[in-house]
Amino acid sequence: MSEPTFTLDGDDVPFTEGQTILQAALGARRYVPYLCFHKDFKPHGSCKVCTVKVNGHHAAGCTTPARAGDVVESQTEELTELRRDLVQFLFTEGNHFCPSCEQSGRCTLQAVGYELGVTQGHYNPLFPTRPLDASHPDVLLELNRCILCELCVRASAQVDRKHVFALSGRGLTKHLVVNAESGRLGDTDLAVEDKAMKVCPVGAILRKRRGFTVPIGERTFDKAPISQVLVAPHEED
Amino acid sequence: MDRDLSAILARHHHDGGRLVQILRDVMAVAGHISPGAITRVAEALALPRGHVEGVAGFYSFFATEPRGRYRVRFSDNVTDQMAGSRALAQRMLDAFRIELGEVSRDGLVSVGLTSCTGLCDQGPAMLVNDHAIARLTPARIGAITSLIRGGSPVAQWPDNLFRIDSHIRRRDLLLGAPFAAGDGVAAALARGAADVRLQIEQSGLRGRGGAGFSTATKWAACAAAPGPVRHVVCNADEGEPGTFKDRELLAHHLDLVLDGMTVAAVAVGATHGLLYLRGEYPFLIAPIQAALADRRARGLLGRDVGGARGFDFDIELHVGAGAYVCGEESALLESLEGKRGIPRNRPPYPVTHGYRQQPTVVNNVETLAAAALIAVHGGAWFRAVGTPRSAGTKILSVSGDVERPGVYEVPFGTAVRDVLAEAGALDVQAVQVGGPSGTLLAGSELGRRIAFEDVPSAGAVMVFDRTRDILGVVDNFARFFAHESCGFCTPCRVGTTLNHHLMARVCAGKGSRRDVDDLVRVSRLMKAASHCGLGTTAGNPVLDALAKFRPAFDARVASEPGPAFDLDEALAPAREATARDDAGAHLDPEAP
Repeated sequence: MSEPTFTLDGDDVPFTEGQTILQAALGARRYVPYLCFHKDFKPHGSCKVCTVKVNGHHAAGCTTPARAGDVVESQTEELTELRRDLVQFLFTEGNHFCPSCEQSGRCTLQAVGYELGVTQGHYNPLFPTRPLDASHPDVLLELNRCILCELCVRASAQVDRKHVFALSGRGLTKHLVVNAESGRLGDTDLAVEDKAMKVCPVGAILRKRRGFTVPIGERTFDKAPISQVLVAPHEED
Repeated sequence: MDRDLSAILARHHHDGGRLVQILRDVMAVAGHISPGAITRVAEALALPRGHVEGVAGFYSFFATEPRGRYRVRFSDNVTDQMAGSRALAQRMLDAFRIELGEVSRDGLVSVGLTSCTGLCDQGPAMLVNDHAIARLTPARIGAITSLIRGGSPVAQWPDNLFRIDSHIRRRDLLLGAPFAAGDGVAAALARGAADVRLQIEQSGLRGRGGAGFSTATKWAACAAAPGPVRHVVCNADEGEPGTFKDRELLAHHLDLVLDGMTVAAVAVGATHGLLYLRGEYPFLIAPIQAALADRRARGLLGRDVGGARGFDFDIELHVGAGAYVCGEESALLESLEGKRGIPRNRPPYPVTHGYRQQPTVVNNVETLAAAALIAVHGGAWFRAVGTPRSAGTKILSVSGDVERPGVYEVPFGTAVRDVLAEAGALDVQAVQVGGPSGTLLAGSELGRRIAFEDVPSAGAVMVFDRTRDILGVVDNFARFFAHESCGFCTPCRVGTTLNHHLMARVCAGKGSRRDVDDLVRVSRLMKAASHCGLGTTAGNPVLDALAKFRPAFDARVASEPGPAFDLDEALAPAREATARDDAGAHLDPEAP
């Protein structure tokens, strides 16, 4: 029996039972923009940047199960505009200043923004007041850049088994909290080797004293757009 | 506090699944949930501290910082505002010399706003600690202010303050049928599970929470799902602003609802029921607990229910803590499990993976009440009323500019005009059917009918006459959605706030055409990409109002975009810091 397939922008994409549309697309080296997805974790579908149209209906590609015969659209002007607006929302919501950010060139939000043609802000920035936590000896927590993807929450709970990060608040007041009564990262058992240290797609969780070991201009997304990087063959990190 | 906390934890059997109930009790005793209390609760329940902090931070009725010993919250639905709630709130703020959201220096009182408390037929309304007060007037505000100053416990305040009136104005199939506790249970047991499901199927009953999903399909899927335990959940988290029909059903037709839950248990083979009551209805907690105890004493709950050997079923009451999103069935299940009310990804659906990942049916209060009567009278009895695609009746909550606000049960297919005529609406400009997430009708559309195939409704009918500012109504709804978004997905979390800010700009006369274009753009994006029904419907008021009341927008906005940044407003923190508000402290000398 041949592998089941769905079509992505007209091309057949094979999948295995249990895969979602995004997982199958990436497996077939087809790029669909995303931010909160990570191959090591169960997709949860919060950023919605991977929104596609399945048989004419909008759906998050990362959480929608692949089904044989489905017609999936992704690279259309309509969906690119939708994704561009979602990325605009994220830039508007936080305090993102790419030119002065040490993650420039390896930040997924910045790279997806370039990929989608986000060249300037559209909505009035909300300029939230968010704390900077430098209490941990090796880690800086810069919540101004947090996009609430929950990857650190998931990594710390599922892989590190430490539950260092969690979410509190609701709506626009939703924010990352750490597992300490003081609210300080330095009072948690986060260690630099933790998985939670390796999954932040932006510059919210940073190793101290390592910000510029690779100069700006020579970083991953400085060299190639994210649409090529993410689907290129690469070694396991 | 330590001894109180130990007692609370023991009362809830140290069950982390009861975290929302535990934190409600901590609030009642301590007035807020301190960092130390979060740590203690987390340790005692063996939960990650961040989990407890996250739950404490999610629900509106939980405070993680000290609030007043008297926590006053004015219901801020548009109908409360129309009845003068904001002026009454200001009166109280002035009396205590505090700002909205602030705690008085002596820690006595804090005054804030809260989403619709479901007393729209007798507003303006407020909540004080765990008590609801309706029919607010300047005199009542004066009395409440004195009582707070006097320092007596709210529970000892005069009873007349807490009286909740009943306004059932029209009865039909559900509210008019004679019914005694146990009638539905006896009928269901006599029929057996298969016949109950058949009658429900033949009745054409669809979910009354708004979505209109077939009840028979839901029950059949749950009955067929493998699992050792099945659950029946009654969704009484009636949070849609303008809706209060479940309040009346629970207050005056409770046996119909509890029988309905038991009928559902027979139909799907459930042994455990949960009734999720919204936290805004504290006055219903004791009557429901009493009714459950009475039913246990009469053999209508517990072991061998209704005398049927081997049919065990009991019902637990859970109380919410101020979160509209928990009306969404999967968010409600998360909340029942003691978590943040974030809607789940589907599939899997609750019928197979619901409460504690076990097969569960979640039904609206009114759906279950109808099911109890269908068990007694049969599917054809129900089907004979309504329209082919919308069988039976709909219980509507009518409020706003009408002479007789209250609950009206009408056959599906009834024209909106007929409902309004009965309620005494004059000079109608607009009607919001189904609450903010529903449909805004213009005065020219009153011939449209209440039905799933025309104007669906979870029950709210809010009426606005020609003196009302329709933009103000939309602004109120935009603010509501921004306050109630759970924040899980980007489009709703950010979009609801952008819409709220854009509407506020437009209402203040500072908006431009571009802002109106952005309102459309944001609303459409939320509809297309949001995670759940809250986000997909949050833009409805804006889109409906723009389609039907465009001149109202055009009259208020400038054609050229003004500055996005309000320079004078940006000086506000400096003015506050220097305690100045004179002409020299403003860019525009006319401003103060």
